[in-house]
Amino acid sequence: MKIKSALFMFIITIATILTGCEPLMVLDPKGPQAERQARDIMLSIGIMSFIVIIVFAILIYVLIKYRASKQSPDYEPPHIEGNPWVEAICVGVPIIIVAYFSFVSVQSNYIVEATPQKYEDKEPLVIYASSSDWKWHFSYPEEDVETVNYLYIPTDRPVEFKLYSFGPITSFWIPQLGGQKYAMSDMVTTLHLAADEPGEMMGRNANFSGKGTAENIFNVTAMSQKDFDDWVEEVHETADPITEDEFDKLLEPGHLGQMTFTGTHLDFSPAPEHDHESTETTDSEESHEGHTEGMDMNGEHSEHK
Amino acid sequence: MEFFERFAVPHPSPAIYASMVAIGLTVIAIIAGLTYFKKWGYLWREWLTTVDHKRIGIMYMLSALLMLFRGGVDAIMMRAQLATPDSKLLDAQHYNEVFSTHGVVMIMFMAMPFIFAFMNYVVPLQIGARDVAFPRLNAISFWLFFMGAMLFNISFVVGGSPDAGWTSYFPLAGNDFSTSVGTNYYMIAIQISGIGSLMTGINMITTIMKMRAPGMTLMKMPMFTWSTLVANLIIVTVFPVITVALAMGTMDRLFGTHFFTTTNGGMDMLWANLFWVWGHPEVYILILPAFGIYSEIISTFSGRNLYGYKSMVASMVVISALSCVVWAHHFFTMGQGALSNSFFSITTMAIAVPTGVKIFNWLFTLWKGKIRFTVPMLYSLGFIPLFTIGGVTGVMLAMSAADYQYHNTMFLVAHFHNTIIPGVVYAMLAGLTYYWPKMFGFMLNERIGKWTFWLMSIGFVLAFFPMYITGLDGQARRMYTYSEATGFGPLNMLSFVGAGIMAIAFALIVYNVYYSVRYASRNIGSDPWDARTLEWATHTPVPEYNFAVEPQVHSSQPFWDAKKNKHVLFPNEIEKIHMPNNSGLPFIMCSIFFVWGFSFVFAIWPLLIIATLGIFACMAYRSFENDHGRYISAEEIHETEDKLRGAN
Repeated sequence: MKIKSALFMFIITIATILTGCEPLMVLDPKGPQAERQARDIMLSIGIMSFIVIIVFAILIYVLIKYRASKQSPDYEPPHIEGNPWVEAICVGVPIIIVAYFSFVSVQSNYIVEATPQKYEDKEPLVIYASSSDWKWHFSYPEEDVETVNYLYIPTDRPVEFKLYSFGPITSFWIPQLGGQKYAMSDMVTTLHLAADEPGEMMGRNANFSGKGTAENIFNVTAMSQKDFDDWVEEVHETADPITEDEFDKLLEPGHLGQMTFTGTHLDFSPAPEHDHESTETTDSEESHEGHTEGMDMNGEHSEHK
Repeated sequence: MEFFERFAVPHPSPAIYASMVAIGLTVIAIIAGLTYFKKWGYLWREWLTTVDHKRIGIMYMLSALLMLFRGGVDAIMMRAQLATPDSKLLDAQHYNEVFSTHGVVMIMFMAMPFIFAFMNYVVPLQIGARDVAFPRLNAISFWLFFMGAMLFNISFVVGGSPDAGWTSYFPLAGNDFSTSVGTNYYMIAIQISGIGSLMTGINMITTIMKMRAPGMTLMKMPMFTWSTLVANLIIVTVFPVITVALAMGTMDRLFGTHFFTTTNGGMDMLWANLFWVWGHPEVYILILPAFGIYSEIISTFSGRNLYGYKSMVASMVVISALSCVVWAHHFFTMGQGALSNSFFSITTMAIAVPTGVKIFNWLFTLWKGKIRFTVPMLYSLGFIPLFTIGGVTGVMLAMSAADYQYHNTMFLVAHFHNTIIPGVVYAMLAGLTYYWPKMFGFMLNERIGKWTFWLMSIGFVLAFFPMYITGLDGQARRMYTYSEATGFGPLNMLSFVGAGIMAIAFALIVYNVYYSVRYASRNIGSDPWDARTLEWATHTPVPEYNFAVEPQVHSSQPFWDAKKNKHVLFPNEIEKIHMPNNSGLPFIMCSIFFVWGFSFVFAIWPLLIIATLGIFACMAYRSFENDHGRYISAEEIHETEDKLRGAN
């Protein structure tokens, strides 16, 4: 028994050291949305630990105090039906906690589903992120640039991702910038992110979409607006234009490295923004050609019948 | 030859060939054994044709244990694959098949039959009934489940396993992206066993509403019976949804319809919604009976009545209602927007309130009690802290904005295993140990049982708690590998070690059964735990008619009050008892269902038509059959009772 518990302690210690080395990705935010989410996570861990400790404390107390081996053999436990006051507390306190969490949750919902508050006054950069088995295509309609499996974004400016898929449902996720959202093939969903500081980050498809899901990863680089503009210029000077034939080849199942093109596939293969259910358009500037009828998933969903 | 090619496994490996050989040898061994020991007649008369709720319960339990080991092997394979970065143990396709079947097997073919086992065995005894309301329907339910389970399990040696996850989201599960017959197996096998579950739901509700012993009002029912009632109300509410969804999915795959496709007006999100409209209440179908078992055990081994009986009942009813309005929390990230996410976020968190009430009521049942640390009690006491952790992480996940970060990660995997294992699996093992003496007439060894519990709990903590951390560090679920640079390696290795320890614990359960069969005392009386409810008031082994005289109930713990407060349980004289006859029809009809399902999976239409006709022929036969059951005479009962009294 001693060896077992010693081994157990050893493993726990190792785990603590290993995880202590660097902050966990989700709790190491690089943008306002991820920051809000990390704050909610830490808040809920805090309050929930308090509840767990109370339950543990009561449990340990009753187990020590009322174990049979400690009591006289003729002790007869009493018949107790319940006490309205005790039960009122057991209902009341959780209700207060849940009410508080509900308040925070609703507030956060509206924050993460909108342009990051910090950068509300700046014009958002619109990027179409579409997935195919098992790659990501990033189209910058205003910059007229398209990349595969890597993403350059400017810092200190809202980035509006328009997500859709050429195959199964995927989920676009850059943990350090904010939570994920699904990309589906029959509509476009919107994810609002922003980066506070320059740096490299991991992005991935988090939703199982078949054999190649594990490698369905992309690199994200955040840089200053000036560097970003330079990059766009450089792409226009060096990269080849994307053609329909070329793009069809890219769509075939498999893995690709990083690629860069001028032009976007949206010109010949527009995003599924058809308004077969929604008449609502996004309030952001939707001036880029041919995509004015934004099927914005942030709106009401009730038309889906 | 072309006809047979479709039955080949699309991605064979040595492991699959080895399993084929193993399955073949096992089948031959079983057939040879039955023939050698001349047990075919016994098997047919006593088990295959039985309509006795106790035997059906035991068959459910054995099937569930078998499936537990199948799903467990899947789990070990997954943890072994992920134990080291860039592992080559399994390729992506195999890993996808393994986690898909692990989920389906554990939920549909392990947890469901396990709770049905206890419902079947315990509920009629607890309410003082002779059997369930529709004994033959009960046999059909079991055999439908069994044939569904077997059909699902042959998938990995005939035609290929499903590989689109246990949630089987379209369009991934559609023909374009899942080309093997695996997803057909998923659709048909779950359909067949789901019909069985629906029948059980109707059967159990009728049994509880109509067949309680005189004096047992609704508010005097034992807590497990209450939980069964509520769980079965959820079953009849939501199982039709999955039935329809599976039928639509089958038509999409086999008949070219477009319910869930992304073209021609199909809607892939519709599948996700329908699946979780059933799928979320499903987890409460599993957990509520588990709560019922814990209530019985904690009350028995605290030597006290259950604290807050009324609030226990009320909380279950509230949970069952809320369980039907939370489904969208499984896809907060689908883009339905802040408003609907807020709604589902609040309803989900609200479930924490009634669940918290239950946790505190169990704690207060221990209070002023006289706590005996038996094996069933250890599982129940382990459940309280571990499930609390699983519950509070559930509240964390319910915060939809934060869920964007938890979704599809190992954090979620840790959460639901943290609720299902201490919640459902512990309850099943506790119930197994608790009811074992009633079922088989001897107790399982306590010492081995305690070792099992501690190994299981240590293994569980090591296996699943690291996932909370890797999830927050960005490890997505359902990924067959990860690179070393991610740094997930050490914690995944720890998970693998934990899974290994759990595997040892499960092996110990088997050893415990073997050990106890050989060495345990058979002289244990009919009430070895000093329990409180009616199932312990009859003999061990339980005679087929359960109670020679219908019990009279005056309180929610009638047997305890009969022992301590001199309530008279059996005031009447022994009279003749009406019992249902055995029938081979359920087994035959469900065997035809197996053929029906198999021909559906492979789209062999002539066979499908023949099987369909066969099923209808069985039903027609039943309609014209003249079977009014039989009577056991009073003399015969006297004789049995005397013998059983002597045995004790």
